[in-house]
Amino acid sequence: MQTNRRTLLLRGAAAALAFAALRRVSVAEETQSDDPWPDLRKTFFQDRAISEDPAIVSLDAPNRAEDAALVPMTLIVHAPLGDERRVAKLSLIIDQNPVPLAGVFTLGEQAGVTSIETRVRVNSYTNIHLVAELSDGSLHSATRFVKAAGGCSAPMVKSMDEALAAMGQTRFRLLPSAPGGHQEAQVMLRHPNNSGLQMDQITHLYTPARYIDHLAVYQGEDLIFSMEAGISISEDPNFRFDYILNGSKTIRLEASDSTGKKFTSTWPADSKGA
Amino acid sequence: MRNLALKILAVAFALSSSSVCRSDEPLAVQQIAPGVYAHPGAIALMDKVNDGDIANVGFIVGDKGVAVVDTGGSVEEGRALLAAIRSVTNEPILYVINTHFHPDHIFGNAAFAALGATFVGHRNMPRALQQRGAFYLQSFRSIIGDALIRDVRIVPPTLLVDDTRELDLGGRKLELRAWPPAHTDCDLTVYDQTTRTLFAGDTVFLKHLPIIDGSIKGWLANLPDLAQIPALRVVPGHGPLTAPWPEALNAEKSYFERLATDVRAMIAKGDDVSEAAKTAAQSQRDDWKLFNDYNARNATAAFAEYEWDQ
Repeated sequence: MQTNRRTLLLRGAAAALAFAALRRVSVAEETQSDDPWPDLRKTFFQDRAISEDPAIVSLDAPNRAEDAALVPMTLIVHAPLGDERRVAKLSLIIDQNPVPLAGVFTLGEQAGVTSIETRVRVNSYTNIHLVAELSDGSLHSATRFVKAAGGCSAPMVKSMDEALAAMGQTRFRLLPSAPGGHQEAQVMLRHPNNSGLQMDQITHLYTPARYIDHLAVYQGEDLIFSMEAGISISEDPNFRFDYILNGSKTIRLEASDSTGKKFTSTWPADSKGA
Repeated sequence: MRNLALKILAVAFALSSSSVCRSDEPLAVQQIAPGVYAHPGAIALMDKVNDGDIANVGFIVGDKGVAVVDTGGSVEEGRALLAAIRSVTNEPILYVINTHFHPDHIFGNAAFAALGATFVGHRNMPRALQQRGAFYLQSFRSIIGDALIRDVRIVPPTLLVDDTRELDLGGRKLELRAWPPAHTDCDLTVYDQTTRTLFAGDTVFLKHLPIIDGSIKGWLANLPDLAQIPALRVVPGHGPLTAPWPEALNAEKSYFERLATDVRAMIAKGDDVSEAAKTAAQSQRDDWKLFNDYNARNATAAFAEYEWDQ
C-alpha cells in the first residue's frame, strides 16, 4: 500500500515536472514570457520607432547553434533604393546571453558594405536582433530565433593555452568575388575573447574578462567598418565582408582589447593569402 | 494535443521508473580483466530517461584500494557506480580520476566527494571547470531535469597530472597521462599496467561520432602517440565496452582525416564556415551514430582551426 502510494505520488510529481518542462520549452520558443527584448530595446533604443523591413536589413543565422562557442551570423544590409539614405550602424543583440549586446558595427561612408559575416557565442535558446540605423536616424530590424547547442557544447574557449600563445596573430585575404561586383575579403585576429563572467567555484568571484572592445578595418585612410564589441563575439574574431575598392594600396586592421593592448596589421590591398 | 499528452505520459513514466529503480541498484558492470570493471553508457545524448548514463565508466581494484575512472552523467549514476564497487570490494576508494571535464564524465563526482578519495585530473581541469562548470550546471538543468541536477556539484581535482603520473593501488600501478589538446584541453588516459587495459576517456570514440571540443589538429597529432601505449584492450569513452588496441583508433582517424581534407579544401576555395557545417565529412555519415548531432559542430570547429593555416 505504502509503496503503491509512493509510486503514484512520484508519477504524479514526475508528470507535473514533465509538463512544466514541456511548457517551459514551448514558452521559451515563443518567447512570450521572460522575454528580455522589451527591456533591451528600451536600453539601447529608448522609445524610437523600429520597423521590420527585410529589404533594408536581414540576419542569416543557423536554426541551431551547432558549436555554442562559434555560431556564424551574416549581417545583411541594403540601403533603400531610390533615396540618398545609407546604412550607418548595425547593432547585434543576442537577447539571452549574459552580455546581450554582441557588437555595434559602424559602416564606412564610402565603403558600400552590404554584408558582414562574423561568429558569436550563443549561451541558450535565444532571439537574436539585428538593428540597422540609417543615415537619417531611422531604425530597422531583423530577428532570428536560434536554438541552443546540444550535448556538451559550451560557449567558451577550447584551448586556452594555445589561444593565449597565439594572441595577436592576424590574417587578411581577398575572397573570390563576382566580376564587377563588390570585393569580398576576410580579416581574422587571434584573441581568446575570453567570455569572462566565469565564477570561481571556490572563491565565488568572477574572473575579469579579456576581450576585443574595438576593431576597425580601413582601405587606405577610409573606414570599411568598425566594431565596438563585448564577450559575445567568438574567440579569434573573424569577419568576412564586402566593400567597394577605392584604389588604395593597403588594408589596415586596428584593434584593442579590454586591457588596453593594441593590435595593428597592414597588408597589400591585393593580398591573395595570408 | 493528444500527442502532447502522450509525450507527458512517456516522460513521466521514464522519470518515475528510472529514478525509483536506480537509487539502490548497483550499476551494471562487467569484469573486463582481473580486477578491472567497466560499465557501458548508452550511445545517446544525455537526457532525463537515461539519467545521463552515456559514457563508459569503470574502476580498478588493487590490494590497498580502488581507483574510479569517471563517475557518469548524474549523481544517481555515481551512486549506482559506488554500489557496484561495494558489491565487489569493501576496500577504500583512493582515487576518483576524471578523464576530462564533460558533464557525462563528472556529474557523478558528488557521489564520491564525502568518501575521502583524492580527485585526479589533467593540469588544466581546475581552469576548465572554473570556466565551464556554472554553465554546465545551468544548461543541463533542462536537459536532464531538476531532479537529476539537484545534487550535482562541480568537484575539481586536487591531484593534477602535468605530463605522466603513477598511482599505486597496492600490487598494481596505474599510469596516468595528460595529453595536449584533442577531444578537450584536459584529456587524461589511465593505463593499468597489470592487465594492460587502457581507459582512454574520450580520446577514443567508437560507433559514437567523436566530438571535437579541443583541437582536431592536436587529436590527429596524438593518435600515433596513443597507438604506442602497449595495451591489449581499450575502454573507449563512448562505444562498446572494450575493443582491441590500437586498432580502435582507426575509425576516428579516418573520420578526422576526411573532415580535415574537406574543410581545408573548402577554406582554399573561399567557402564560409556555414557551408562547411552543411557539407564537410558527409561521406562518413553511415559509419557513425549521432552524426547529425555532432558533425556540423565538428566541421565548424575544424574549419575555424584550419583557417589559420593559410
